[in-house]
Formats: sequence, C-alpha cells, structure tokens
Amino acid sequence: MMLKSWSAHSGEWLKTAIISVVGILVFLLMWSSAASNIHTSLGAFPGPSAVANQLHGLYVEHSAERVKEAAFYKRQEERNAKRVAVDPEYQPKVRKYTGKETFIDQILTSLITVASGFLLAALIAIPLGIAVGLNKTLNTAINPIIQTFKPVSPLAWLPLVTMVVSAVYTTDDPLFAKSFVNSLITVTLCCLWPMLINTSVGVASIEQDLVNVSKVLRLSSLTHVRKIVLPASIPMIFTGMRLSLGIAWMVLIAAEMLAQNPGLGKFVWDEFQNGSSESLSRIMAAVLVIGFIGFLLDRGMLQLQRFVSWDKSSAAR
Amino acid sequence: MNIVLDIDHVDMAFPTPKGPFTALKDVSLKIAKGEFISLIGHSGCGKSTVLNIVAGLHQATKGGVVLNGKEVAEPGPERAVVFQNHSLLPWLSAYENVELAVKQVFGRKKSKREAREWIEYNLALVHMDHAMDKRPDEISGGMKQRVGIARALAMQPDVLLMDEPFGALDALTRAHMQDSLMEIQNELNNTVIMITHDVDEAVLLSDRIVMMTNGPAAKVGEILDVKLERPRNRLALADDPEYNRLRSEVLKFLYEKQRKVEPIKAKASKPVSAEKDSDKKVTAAA
Repeated sequence: MMLKSWSAHSGEWLKTAIISVVGILVFLLMWSSAASNIHTSLGAFPGPSAVANQLHGLYVEHSAERVKEAAFYKRQEERNAKRVAVDPEYQPKVRKYTGKETFIDQILTSLITVASGFLLAALIAIPLGIAVGLNKTLNTAINPIIQTFKPVSPLAWLPLVTMVVSAVYTTDDPLFAKSFVNSLITVTLCCLWPMLINTSVGVASIEQDLVNVSKVLRLSSLTHVRKIVLPASIPMIFTGMRLSLGIAWMVLIAAEMLAQNPGLGKFVWDEFQNGSSESLSRIMAAVLVIGFIGFLLDRGMLQLQRFVSWDKSSAAR
Repeated sequence: MNIVLDIDHVDMAFPTPKGPFTALKDVSLKIAKGEFISLIGHSGCGKSTVLNIVAGLHQATKGGVVLNGKEVAEPGPERAVVFQNHSLLPWLSAYENVELAVKQVFGRKKSKREAREWIEYNLALVHMDHAMDKRPDEISGGMKQRVGIARALAMQPDVLLMDEPFGALDALTRAHMQDSLMEIQNELNNTVIMITHDVDEAVLLSDRIVMMTNGPAAKVGEILDVKLERPRNRLALADDPEYNRLRSEVLKFLYEKQRKVEPIKAKASKPVSAEKDSDKKVTAAA
C-alpha cells in the first residue's frame, strides 16, 4: 500500500520533471532561432550558447581575480615582513585589495543588500502590522498613510534617500558604505508596505472564537500575541514577506542601475555603457541569473514558511 | 437554595444603523450550585446573547450578572465557555490546548507534575487520553468538542457555559457526547448553562429547562422543572410517561405558544416593544 502510493508519487514527480524539461528545451529553441534573426549595433542578439559561454567566462574572470587578490595579499605580507625584519619599530600597513568587482562579487553585494533591507523592513513592519491589526484606532489613523505610500515606486524615493543619507550619515569611519545604505533603505521602503498590510489584515481577521478563548482565559496582551495572534497570522505574514521579497529583488536591481550602487544592477549598466561585442551576452547572462536568484529567494521563503507554519497546507504553492 | 449565579433583570440592545435593536428585555434567572440549566428557544431569540453576557463577552445594557456575590464585568476562566465550533487552537495538540488553559488558570499553584496529571485527568474524563498528542485537524468533530469540554472543565469553573456544544455533530455522535456529559456531571456536579435547539437533549440533561420567547425583546417564557431521577438512561426514558410529558411541554411551548413561522422574505419582522405583538406580526407578514 505504502509502496504503491510511493511509486504513484514518484511517477507524478517524474512526469512533472519531464514536462518542465521539455518546456525549457522548447524555450531555448525559440530563443536561439529568434536571437539569430535580431541584429543590433553591438552584433547579433545573444543566443543560449553565447550566454552559456559568457556565464563560464564570468566565472573564470572571478577565479582569476581571486588569484590576483591572493597574490596581492601575499606580496603585501612579504613586504611587511621584510620591513619589520629590518626595522622592528615599523608598524606594518595593511591595505585592502582594490581590484575590479567581478560578476559574482556583484551578486553577493546584491544578495546582502536585499537581505539586509528585507530584514530591516520585517523588523519594522511585522510588529507594527500586529499593532495595527489589533487596534482599530491605530488602523484608522495609519491606513491613509499606508494607502498613500504603498503605490509609490521606491525608485521615486531614491534621490531623496541619497540626499538624506549623504547629509545625515557622516562618519569618518563608516561601518557601511553610503551606496549600501542607499540601496538598503530603498529596499526597506518597498518591502515595508506589503508586509505591513498583510500582517495587519492577517491579525485583524483572526477568528472571533479564538479571540474569545483568549478573553475567557484572560491571557495577557503579550501571551495573546504570542500564543494566538502570531500563529494564527503566520500564513498571511508569510504571504506579505514573499510579495515583499519578490518586489525588493526587482527594485534593487533597478536602484543599482539608477544610482550606480554596487550590485547586479551596476554590472548590467556598466556592461551596457561598455558596449563591447560581448556586452549583450553578458547582460543576458545577468538577466538569467537575476531571474534564477529571484526564483530561489521565493522558494527559500516558501521552505521557511513550511518550517515555521503549523498549517502545512497554506504553503502549498 | 444556594444561588451561585444571578442573572438580574438583564436588557440587551445592540446598536444598528436603524437605531438600537432590543434583543433581550428583562431576563432574570437564579441558578443554584450544581444545577444543570438548558436554555431553549427558536433561533434568533437571544439565547446566545444571554450566554455571552454571563460569559462577560457582551455587556448588558441594563441589569447585570452576579456570580458568587460579585458582579461580572469581563470574561474569566471561572465562567468557562464551550463554544459551538470547538474553537481549539489549530496549531496546538489536544494536550497543549488544555495545557494553555491550565497554565493560565493555575500558573504556579500547580507543580509541573500536578499540572500534567490534571491535564491528563481532564482529557481522560472526556475519553480523549488516547489522542492527547493529536492536533485538531487530525481528529473528528466529536473528538474536537470533547477536547473543548476538557479544556473548559480543566479551568474548574464556577459555572460551565455551553453554547450549543453538540449542535454541529451528527445524531449518533451527539448521543454519545450527551452520555459522556451526564457521566462527567455525575462525577463533578458542575453548575452548567447549556444552550440547545434539541428538545430531547434538554429534557435528558437538565434539572431545569428555561424556555425563551421569540425575539426581539426576548425574555424567559416558562421554566420547566425536570425531576427525573439520575442517572438517566435514554432507552429507559423513552417509555417514561414523565419524560414524555416534559418533552411535550417543551414542544408545546416552542410550536404552539411561541410558534415561529420563518418569513420567506427576510424583511418581515421589525423590532416591536412587546414580543407577543411582534410574534403575531411575523405570522401575519408571512
């Protein structure tokens, strides 16, 4: 019985896998034939094979850069060691390697930025959303503000954010680069609203019976939130988080392009400005990587939701 | 008579866009310790409102509820409620659902071991000790309601309030649950107010049946003493003349004196001051 259901399950899985692969193959075929018919001032539009070559090339570049970096530090260390041997009073200077950021460095920068901005937004939006969901007065007070700011593209904020950050964030030894702070705040601004709205709606729509149980038990506000409100609204909170993360990833790339902040967006923009015969295929490679990372981020949230939520069925798709 | 709960001249009006809607008018009831009271009446007559006022979930517009000499102002575990839809927390197991109540009500008064024994005792009372670690979505409707009852019993309430506890169950399960409840009642002798639609259930379980008139402005119509000996057996009672007399009394009240013809168009009834008056109008409108 179990074996049968297992084999049925694996059969279903195999079918899904085959259909997905066929879909991808058809797409690649169409892409390839369309690409060879599009000619731009930078040469033919990159087909799948050109992009695959570029992806490999970008990785090779990254490895080469790492080798250079290691060599730089090694030389520096040897130099310092020699100076110290000659003059024991000498304070060795350690300089950072300032080589060009590779594609993979840019991916990491973007990922760190999106994660930090997302977490900051979650830290603000989820507690605030719970408060708004629980308190009708607060909801009435804050709702017009949310509704006004929600439709604003975070990119519209970008100039303001940039100016404010450069005016306010002035330290001699900044912990974070200004460009990072700019991108982070932009990501936070766009993550805030979906999380805030979904959390507050989730909290406000808890079954009255469960609220009554809490009242009869005279649960303190904190216990009420911890034992009833949070578990009951976890599915909605996660819906908000997934929406936010998806938007954040899209917005971040655009912000990086617009503000020339380090990250994948800058990589795309730099390649575009570069205008070499390889640029288009490198941009196309970046596009695919951006999409794939976005997909992985969403899957990651889904897995996290499955792990955290009591209601396994709510995280079905 | 040792009065535990005194529902004293309670009025209840709900605000509506068309002005206040008087649901209850001058409802009074005194309940003695260990008494099992059924509230019966047509739907919409305000039975649940009475229960919610006793629970403290609604505030009476006029009059009030006194429990053991103290006026009820807010909900509390001394008036535990068994809700119609079990309202167990779906993310907790049966054991954890009861545990939440026990921890909240007894806190440090019970040691960890005592608390565990108390939770298990209450789950055993409702015959759910075999499925303590199951979550609500893994057990049947009847079992969920049993856990709901265990949770309420575990609070050791002065009054146990049950809002159509078996209304959502099929007939066989309901009969089982009624037998279980009688068995528990035999052991604990709680003071209970139970809302029901079911005439047999009311006669079988109650010491007194409180029959409510139709709303709006519903009040206590008649009170019927049920002096059948306990323990009661549903099969033996089927041929009992006293049981059948009580049963037909309730039926007469519901279907002759308080006949409610549901208007097909929902608009028919308007809030009118005297309930008999409104009753006629409803009938006439239909």
